Amino acid sequence: MTPHKDIDPADPFRLGGIELGSRLILGTGGASSHLALERAIRASGTELVTVALRRVDPDAPGSLLDVIDRCGVRLLPNTAGCFTAAEAVKTAHLAREAFETDWVKLEVIGDQDTLLPDPVELIAAAEQLVNDGFTVLPYTTDDPILACRLADVGCAAVMPLGSPIGSGMGIRNPYNIRLIREKVGVPVILDAGIGTASDAALAMELGCDAVLIASAVTRAEHPERMATAMRHAVQAGRLAYRAGRIPRRLYAEASSPFEGMAEL
Amino acid sequence: MNVQLNGANHVLSDDASVADAVSALTTAERGVAVALNGEVVPRAKWRSTRLSEGDWVEVLSAKQGG
Repeated sequence: MTPHKDIDPADPFRLGGIELGSRLILGTGGASSHLALERAIRASGTELVTVALRRVDPDAPGSLLDVIDRCGVRLLPNTAGCFTAAEAVKTAHLAREAFETDWVKLEVIGDQDTLLPDPVELIAAAEQLVNDGFTVLPYTTDDPILACRLADVGCAAVMPLGSPIGSGMGIRNPYNIRLIREKVGVPVILDAGIGTASDAALAMELGCDAVLIASAVTRAEHPERMATAMRHAVQAGRLAYRAGRIPRRLYAEASSPFEGMAEL
Repeated sequence: MNVQLNGANHVLSDDASVADAVSALTTAERGVAVALNGEVVPRAKWRSTRLSEGDWVEVLSAKQGG
């Protein structure tokens, strides 16, 4: 792993006690093949990818873990598909057994159609897993108060959605994302809803510390190309955030001086 | 004895352990976790944990997911 390849040394990204060399976290769901996934991982520059835990498939071609190892990236297991805190906690413990990591992307879903988080179950699961020694990265709604509560119980980051998982609807409430960034002390990772590069750039311009992208890359017509686009977008958005944008104005402000104009 | 392995009925020897149940489904040597009747069984206890008639075993590994 090349350390800090996409990161300005003056602006390091620390998550769960480690420094990551990219502010892009890639979800592996939706890739058409391991080869397509490997190309996307490499093109994205990511150093952290999510995986789900499912029943073993004796007929599965190749090993997802081998792909992840070859790319030299870290693995972040998720609790996707869990509807209760009890299920999610158990899944996290199984993932710890399987992958020897205490990191978990905590998902507790409240509804099959929207895949929106269930805030009550989410808080309960987060609290339990923090007590069990996990580094908990919860997928949450864009509610600033809920984000604060998750940070208060000891989550290592909060991961608010921009819009529902896989919807590609971008960031529906940028105001809330900005409030979350201002109100919590832990890293804020925009998770879910990103459709294209400008959405990722906007997340970073709003002050998010990182973005987590799956479908927008893996289900793009050209995943490797989109992974490259996201890589640039995340870096551009972060730079723009740190550069300090000009204020929005109702009227124009000339960039060429009027002084010294010829009389014609 | 009959056990449920990942939702399907399997016939295993009467002295079968969790390790035997895993071997029935996969040869993978890493990245595998097991739940026996809904409870996590650490890898270090796979061999010493005996199965009983009607047990329900889930054998899990990494799959692509967001």
